[in-house]
Amino acid sequence: MRTNFGKVLSGTHNFSGSEACAEGALSAGCGFLAAYPIVPSLEILERFSMRFSDFGAVYIQMEDEISTLAAVLGAAWTGRKAMTVTSGPGFSLMMEHVGLGIMLETPCVIVDVGRFGPSEGIPGKPGQGDVMQMRWGSHGDYEVIVLSPNSPQEMFDLTIRAFNLSEQYRTPVMVMTDETVAHMREEVTIPLVEDIEIIQRRYYKGPKDKYLPFKRDENLVPEMVDIGEGYRFHVTGLTHNEKGYPIIDAETQEANVHAIVNKIRLNSDKIVEFEEDNIENADVVVVSYGITSRDVSEAVQRVRGEGVRVGTLRLITVWPFPEKRITQLAEKIKAFVVPEINYGQICFEVERCARGKAETLSVFHDRSDDNGVSNIIDTIKRALQGSV
Amino acid sequence: MAMAEKGKVEEKHPMEQLLRMDRMPHIWCPGCGIGISVTAFVSALKKLEFDLNKMCVVSGIGCTGRVAGYIKLDSFHTTHGRAIPFATGIKMANPDLKVVVFSGDGDLVSIGGNHFIHAARRNIDITVILVNNFIYAMTGGQVAPTTPETAYTTTSPFGNFETPANIPQLAEAAGAVYVARWTALHVRRLEKSIVEAINKPGFSLVEIVAPCSMYYSRINRLGAGIDMMRFYHENSIIKHDEPTENLAVGYQKQIIVGKFIDRERPGFIESNRRWSAEAKG
Repeated sequence: MRTNFGKVLSGTHNFSGSEACAEGALSAGCGFLAAYPIVPSLEILERFSMRFSDFGAVYIQMEDEISTLAAVLGAAWTGRKAMTVTSGPGFSLMMEHVGLGIMLETPCVIVDVGRFGPSEGIPGKPGQGDVMQMRWGSHGDYEVIVLSPNSPQEMFDLTIRAFNLSEQYRTPVMVMTDETVAHMREEVTIPLVEDIEIIQRRYYKGPKDKYLPFKRDENLVPEMVDIGEGYRFHVTGLTHNEKGYPIIDAETQEANVHAIVNKIRLNSDKIVEFEEDNIENADVVVVSYGITSRDVSEAVQRVRGEGVRVGTLRLITVWPFPEKRITQLAEKIKAFVVPEINYGQICFEVERCARGKAETLSVFHDRSDDNGVSNIIDTIKRALQGSV
Repeated sequence: MAMAEKGKVEEKHPMEQLLRMDRMPHIWCPGCGIGISVTAFVSALKKLEFDLNKMCVVSGIGCTGRVAGYIKLDSFHTTHGRAIPFATGIKMANPDLKVVVFSGDGDLVSIGGNHFIHAARRNIDITVILVNNFIYAMTGGQVAPTTPETAYTTTSPFGNFETPANIPQLAEAAGAVYVARWTALHVRRLEKSIVEAINKPGFSLVEIVAPCSMYYSRINRLGAGIDMMRFYHENSIIKHDEPTENLAVGYQKQIIVGKFIDRERPGFIESNRRWSAEAKG
């Protein structure tokens, strides 16, 4: 199924992160969005529901978030690029279908606009408490790709990248954003259609009766077909062989799960993306992602004025995690400082990858004001003094 | 029939075009009603006048949930209770496809009950074939929301006290446009209803009352599967157009079967297109 790119809004706009996300999805060729209304993700749905028919896309509001991701997975197998949008409580409801998407190796995009939790928490405030749920939320073993935008421009760019990665690796990809990035307005530049890089799904082209839904290429990624083309394939959430048939034995389990884990792990160098600043000669590196990185910029600017040598590393892909880079940096620096809008999640990943070569200090960054910025500054100074 | 060697007839299953013979034998117990339900479905498919490459089958989890794995069409074995929303996504994304959900009572009206209601309410153009064996069979015979009152199960060892779901009434109230019920031994009528349901635009439901010959039968001492099938058949009465409020199923009591609902209501995709066209002028 080919998408009509005629309505991509090439040019510069004053967009909210939510509008940019919806436009990014449509520019990437998203042909299906199923969602259930939840604060603070509504503006993405609203934008999409206004615009989808110009693109020949489909929009459906389902009865809950369990069904939205089920519908997205079904739609993806018709050849459409498919997406759902939610926030914490809805994301929790989706966990079983994250696993099904992983197991059926179905490309799709899940946008989670983070809010405070647990449970209902504060619906209208930004949170980053879902970062480990993204990684481990569904039962069993798997690997995920999670992108974390920190601006409306990145909401556009990374939504497109999420679709590209999901098609390239035949797997669900998550965009982990938050209330503030979704609601803030900034300049967003949408390139000309021909300048937007789109990675299309790889299709099987062989004889109809020889299609194997899980036969892998050298990157461990299998080719797809669409429903209704006469391949008469079968896929199941049960442990399965190349043909998609359920087989209950240890060898099949090993082959099946090794492949879905390794297709991400072995390709992680190609997937991982991060941004560094002033990392040379730094004594302390502040690791952050999403909205928190903006307060980090402010904090770092202030302490640099005092002659402190501090660098920053911003995760653009949170998962897979840039393990090698953190290990490398740990050899050279005194400490990592990790502010997050949670009680410490990614800081443990940083600590693990630092392998005891550098200290890791967590900052509970619950407020985006002067106090929040001061907390980061204080922690940077504490790290330098070695009084950890 | 192909001649394999001179004088020797190659034996072929008459339904091999539509069944995954490379997965036989199937997992169902002797005397189970699901096999007959699948036979009725495959016979119905042969009577349909459209390209079966454009049809797909979606199942949830449970004994009946395994049906998708044996039908030689594009087929999906999904999560427990979520076959209907998965099918909704397929149908919405490509309305040219015929989508059939084939699953059990626990899957579709217990854990998946909400999706059942909303797909019927929206009048999504899918056909649901629901095998009702009154019990969670795959997990070993626990009480279900369809278990008749007083029936024993492993988790109602003193008899079930809950009121069971009346599935046709639920479907009608939610908005289904076609509702029929047969027992597994009404094979010809069942086949005819499946054909009608698939040809009917909108949300259609065929409920099949079928024996669980292993767990429901054994714990309630109801004999072999074939005895239960015969009992259901002999104790059923055909009453087309019977008000669905009368269709509750009691323990080893009379079962009313027939076609209860066959009505017209605008479908979801049709309404969606009409609204979009009007709104955009």
